Amino acid sequence: MHSLALAFGLVFDPYNLWVMMGAAVFGLFVGAVPGLTATMATALLVPVTFFMAPIPAIAAIVTATAMAIFAGDVPGCLLRMPGTPASAAYTDEAYAMTRKGQTELALGAGLVFSAIGGLFGTAVLVVSAPALADFALRFSSFEYFWLVLLGLSCAIVITAEQPLKGVVSLLLGLMVASVGLGNPAGFPRFTFGSTELMGGIGLIPMMIGMFAVSEILRYAVDTDPQWEIVDRPIGNVFKGMWELTRRYPLQIFRGNVVGTLVGALPGAGADIAAWMSYAISKKFSKEPEKFGTGHVEGIVESGSANNSALAGAWIPALVFGIPGDSITAIVIGVLYMKNMNPGPTLFTQNPQNIYAVYLLFILANVLMVPFGWACIKAAKQILRVPRNVLMPIILLFCVVGTFAINNTVFDVGVMLIAGVAAFILEENGFPSAPAILGVVLGGMLEENFITSMIKSDGDMLAFFGRPIAAALGALTLGAWFLPPLVRRMRRLAGA
Amino acid sequence: MKLNDAVFGALLVVLAAAVLVTVQGFSRIPGQNVGPGLFPGLVAATLGACGLILVVRGVRARAGGPWVELMDWTRSRPHVVAFATLVASVIAYIYLANAVGFLIVAPVTLFAMFLSMRVRARTSAIVAVLAALAIWYAFYKLLRVPLPWGVLERFAF
Repeated sequence: MHSLALAFGLVFDPYNLWVMMGAAVFGLFVGAVPGLTATMATALLVPVTFFMAPIPAIAAIVTATAMAIFAGDVPGCLLRMPGTPASAAYTDEAYAMTRKGQTELALGAGLVFSAIGGLFGTAVLVVSAPALADFALRFSSFEYFWLVLLGLSCAIVITAEQPLKGVVSLLLGLMVASVGLGNPAGFPRFTFGSTELMGGIGLIPMMIGMFAVSEILRYAVDTDPQWEIVDRPIGNVFKGMWELTRRYPLQIFRGNVVGTLVGALPGAGADIAAWMSYAISKKFSKEPEKFGTGHVEGIVESGSANNSALAGAWIPALVFGIPGDSITAIVIGVLYMKNMNPGPTLFTQNPQNIYAVYLLFILANVLMVPFGWACIKAAKQILRVPRNVLMPIILLFCVVGTFAINNTVFDVGVMLIAGVAAFILEENGFPSAPAILGVVLGGMLEENFITSMIKSDGDMLAFFGRPIAAALGALTLGAWFLPPLVRRMRRLAGA
Repeated sequence: MKLNDAVFGALLVVLAAAVLVTVQGFSRIPGQNVGPGLFPGLVAATLGACGLILVVRGVRARAGGPWVELMDWTRSRPHVVAFATLVASVIAYIYLANAVGFLIVAPVTLFAMFLSMRVRARTSAIVAVLAALAIWYAFYKLLRVPLPWGVLERFAF
């Protein structure tokens, strides 16, 4: 109880509340401008949070991402252009509603059910994370080895259209993670005699490059024509929300559950959650023929799914240090910088920090309703901000922000290379999410692998010697071999 | 720039081979049969295998198509210019910021980037100076990041 009181003190500290307000405005803006994503918002926040205490730093990220994922719905509705990838699943639907004159209903559903989804995901986080942490205290290097490998495998199975390219992307990430002294033997690897590379390739510069610089480059070469804003006044967005809640309780619940689960799976975040929920909603709907014509049901379900995924992603991130999506991949970097190393001990040593994280999530999702309403009111002004002025300023901000972490231009170089590499990889169909997971988890995977190898004296059977390790190992191998097997069986059955 | 999968695969095989050769020279942990070369070696071996599969797939799928295909935007001059200016600006910052100073490099590169994105010259000039000053103030004054003064060192405050 004492810790809970401490957590309240940390969260309701005036400085922290100001940070959350600022982050809310920032997140709404970034989310509402197409081409700027929630992940990018997180990457841009890192240099600023670097100078804050741990709780305000986390508060800024939690608030900004929750707001950004909701705000992504706004241009989807008004421009038929998703503000963040998490809104892409139902952008056409929302725009169709606008054309039918139901802008208010589409935006209101996006806002209200985003907040509910976020709160549901938080509830699951609050209940499951400590229990999992308790369980994880008994894990040895064998269990962690399999867990990380399972996480990486899931990321590829779920996200990659072409699994092979996902694997390549992941392996490149693991290679990058091997650079430097940070390995169990403390041996300088692939440093080419450079002192800067001894410490390894900085995680934060790399993420700013991959998630912010690559997006700016993509904007620069975007050949799509300028958009047209739907010009009509927006009325009361809260009207009809209660009726929707009564009409679609099952859809809301299902969206929340699917969103939280997909979020908790490593590598898959809000965007995949929304796509899956939209598909599920259509499949089980009583009126599937209405989908795509401006029908609110799918928006209710997938709009809550993408926000619940945000909180779900924090479960593996906090308990195991395995990011549930690309946002938490960055968060893990921030947690290490703030000496809040993720892992089961985070829950036992300083429980007030964990309670504070829960409270931040609840507060951010409650704040979303008034702030989101204001964002909808200001939508037209936000969407008129010229992106060709915005993008170069963001690039300069990335440069200075990256420099600020270690005060070296070497990191700026890392940022640029990571940005261009991510841009080229994406253009060639290699997804960037597995790469970033590889970079974040490479050290952990190697350490647990080498420790296990030493313990077992090179005997691979020992990796299955403990019951939980054996189960995790079987799941991992299943994730590798089942999908291709199922595909082959289907082909045989079809032939 | 879109490379045929075979080209990408070949590059990966070369990278994997280079890593495998390098790790042979890594020292071992005394008394252990595992060492710092094991993990990167395994990763590189898998990467090489994936590279080979990509080569086979790429060659099969090519059907007379080009090995390297340029994306649509590479044929549009304004887009190429914008892309090149962005990259060049960051490189310019890396090499010039310390010598010349943030307060000169930042507005100049911003101005160049704005122009490359077809912002009007007058707007570009004004926003470049204001944005550079705002970022300078936020990082140098508020967050105390030592942004370089360069040739303006005498006027430092």
